[in-house]
Amino acid sequence: MTHLDLLRTDLTRRGVLKSAGALVVSFSAPAALAQAATAAVAAPKPLDPTQLDSYLAIHRDGSATVFFGKIDGGQGTDVGIAQIVAEELDLPADRVAVILGDTALTLNQGGASGSFGINWGGRTMRKAAAEARQFLLQLAAKRLKVPAETLTVANGVVSVADAPGKKIGYGQLIGGKFFNVPLKWNGKYGIVLDIDSTAPLKKPADYKVVGTSPKRRDVKAKVFAQAATYVTDIRVPGMLHARVIRPPVAGATANSVDASSIDGIPGARVVQKGGYIAVVAEKEWNAIRAAQRLKIDWSQPAPAFADPAKLYDHIRKAPVRKRVVEKQKGSVDDAMPGAVQVVTADYAWPFQSHASMGSACALAEMKDGKMTVWTGTQKPHYAQQGVAALLDIPVERVHAIWVTGPGSYGRNDAGDAALEAAFLAHELGKPVRVQGMRAEGIAWDPKAPASVHHARAGLDASGKIVAYQFESKGFSRLEIESNESHPAYSLIGQQWGLPLKPIDSFGTPDEAYDIPNRLMAWETIAPMLDRASPLRTSHQRDPVGPQIHFASESFIDELALAAKADPVAFRLRHLSGRDAAAVKAAAEKFGWETRVSGPAADSKADVVTGRGIAYAKRLGTIVVVAAEVEVDRRSGKVRAKRFAVAHDCGCIVNPALLHNTIEGNIVQATSRSLWEEVRFDRQKVTSVDWATYPILDITEAPEKIDIVLLDHPEIPPSGAGEPSSRPVAGAIANAIFDATGVRIRRAPFRPENLKGSFA
Amino acid sequence: MATQMRLTVDGKSHVISVDDPDMPLLYALRDELGLSNPHFGCGLAQCGACTVHVNGEATRSCVTPLSAVKGATIVTLAGLGTAEHPHPLQAAYVEEQVPQCGYCVNGWIMTAAALLKSNPHPSDADIRKGLSGLKCRCGTHMAIIRAVKRAASMA
Repeated sequence: MTHLDLLRTDLTRRGVLKSAGALVVSFSAPAALAQAATAAVAAPKPLDPTQLDSYLAIHRDGSATVFFGKIDGGQGTDVGIAQIVAEELDLPADRVAVILGDTALTLNQGGASGSFGINWGGRTMRKAAAEARQFLLQLAAKRLKVPAETLTVANGVVSVADAPGKKIGYGQLIGGKFFNVPLKWNGKYGIVLDIDSTAPLKKPADYKVVGTSPKRRDVKAKVFAQAATYVTDIRVPGMLHARVIRPPVAGATANSVDASSIDGIPGARVVQKGGYIAVVAEKEWNAIRAAQRLKIDWSQPAPAFADPAKLYDHIRKAPVRKRVVEKQKGSVDDAMPGAVQVVTADYAWPFQSHASMGSACALAEMKDGKMTVWTGTQKPHYAQQGVAALLDIPVERVHAIWVTGPGSYGRNDAGDAALEAAFLAHELGKPVRVQGMRAEGIAWDPKAPASVHHARAGLDASGKIVAYQFESKGFSRLEIESNESHPAYSLIGQQWGLPLKPIDSFGTPDEAYDIPNRLMAWETIAPMLDRASPLRTSHQRDPVGPQIHFASESFIDELALAAKADPVAFRLRHLSGRDAAAVKAAAEKFGWETRVSGPAADSKADVVTGRGIAYAKRLGTIVVVAAEVEVDRRSGKVRAKRFAVAHDCGCIVNPALLHNTIEGNIVQATSRSLWEEVRFDRQKVTSVDWATYPILDITEAPEKIDIVLLDHPEIPPSGAGEPSSRPVAGAIANAIFDATGVRIRRAPFRPENLKGSFA
Repeated sequence: MATQMRLTVDGKSHVISVDDPDMPLLYALRDELGLSNPHFGCGLAQCGACTVHVNGEATRSCVTPLSAVKGATIVTLAGLGTAEHPHPLQAAYVEEQVPQCGYCVNGWIMTAAALLKSNPHPSDADIRKGLSGLKCRCGTHMAIIRAVKRAASMA
């Protein structure tokens, strides 16, 4: 049986359960399913959040399988979940398999979202595991005829504390059978899905598995090119290849399509519905050729976009669609007149693209009245809903299966591909695989929003901040939802003309500075083109975090300068507890030189270096980044040479994987800070590939990234997937100032943007 | 008209049917031979996700027409080594847990393998220069450099 057949097997959770003793646990997900598929399939038990069986199963060999309604984008979330569950069950981590992101096997736990995988997802799975352990101990007490309080567990074997010979394994107690244990569910699906449990949880002091570093389960499959590792590798017999035709100019629609223009290409044909156009062919290359050759007479709409040179003016002048004051304390207006110094500054951040390593791919097959979609989306349960709504079929008749995609940093183009593959397969009655060409993943993916930020603060005579106002104005972070649960959130739905469902949302700085008077607000403006726009916005890793904290942490440094204070010392004046500890840890690791920032007065060198620091929180996680940069004052080229990072996310589940996660975020955020800016003209996005949307090259990667992991086993994990993205731009900008004495208030810090600034 | 063409890939000889001699090698490897590697990343030779060895040279298969590889010996990531007999770079990648999404792995390992063949003990600067232009969107560059150094020390 090939992996393909296995993935196509209509698995049930009972099937996974029955695989029991045959299950080998150190494997990739397809291998897990492989084992499961060989077992006899009995009557399935429907997914039900009020049943323990929907969260985990114990097999005849005493190993466990966890059904986790999220995905892993390569940071090892599944390994962390295995560790958390193994800890509560007293099993080794490698005896816990984790099934991810299959709507037939897992509950809707929201998919990958908001760095909630380990903290909220892990919290639920931990309670489920504790419930299972409690139930297993009750079973063991009955079987061994002793009180449950006298029992201990090691490696999945329950024994009597003072009679070690009396023992029984999990597999013997329940292996291959359902628990049938009811749970108190909070009644919510998505990232907030949770259960209420009174089962005792293991004390952090007794942790054996949490805090260790088992390796990832997907790395070997990726490094040895194992079949069906990626969504792009899934193939089914008789499938057609599709390529999508996007308009050459934003907002254009086809007046007519000349289908005869692709006549000579074997098997190529056009599929058109409403404003949506695709080509299909049996052979992929023929679909690509057809997409390149197809002649279309396009409408000539008025230019949709503002002059890109005046983007930030456009944002500042645009009518406010929604204003929210998120944080308010004391009165800024009352306190400001008493300040001895008032500082104001404005900052700007461009549109950015997910620019995943490959454009999105999805495969869909309609069979026996049921639509199956293989997708790289972060949120397969929402793709299931979106596909059902798009095709107007019951959600129960759609099966979405997550398979690793080429990059996963939020709502990228994967959500669009899933719905488009489903439409094409439904329309043509054949399986259809759709994959974007490079431009689909850069010019046409949902974007991180462009924004401007205005800050104003007053300092008192002692050099402390007495009043602080911070306002952001920009495109909403959610012109489409961060998932594809409704066709209105997809390009195809918008091209069909479905009513739009925009959401107005932005954010404010997350920090713990002790400031007596503050006001933090945001304002959103309308999109420049309201539907099927290549500049439509949605969530990209740490949504609005990089933009906001570039501005707020640059501004804190501007205040430090006004107060003639060292940037570390100035922050410490306003911080305490874990926040202060993280600032100190980063500064110490970096070898921070205490002084007011700025170059020596006699500095005449062409290439200068400087150091900067920035601090931010994200939903409880604290990150401090210190950066050393080198600036060539002639060319404007900035090199981020070295970083020291202090990271406090509460309890650390897997230090090695956390380290790699942070390291990846620092490099990606450096790329976004130094290079990334979606370019457009008044009619279209002109960033279409890696030449027109450059990212950080390995020759520019830092020489060193030192990471200090601050562990607090007693504090529940608060998430690590995204927080370390947000302070990087501020740290670099502050270091540029230290090196040159010039404050850069607009990202990215590309040579062509900075050239002439340091003359 | 479709024509027949012979390709030697990972030590095996194949005959494929070709509609268009200008078709890039990538699509023959993926669609005609059913390989999961290399990957389509950009189709423009800008990222490296499609890299294979053609007669030992790291080559971007997404822009290499079939007509240019007649009679060539082609090695893909799957042919470079296996879990049982890994290439030192593959072993180092596992040891360092390099990839996140991993879609770029193909380009880095195949290019680094060619680099190590011509320069078995590269400096940090040699590694960066030799791998310049390859893309990794997840930002695993630090781990990539560690893995190449580790592989060089294993050889």
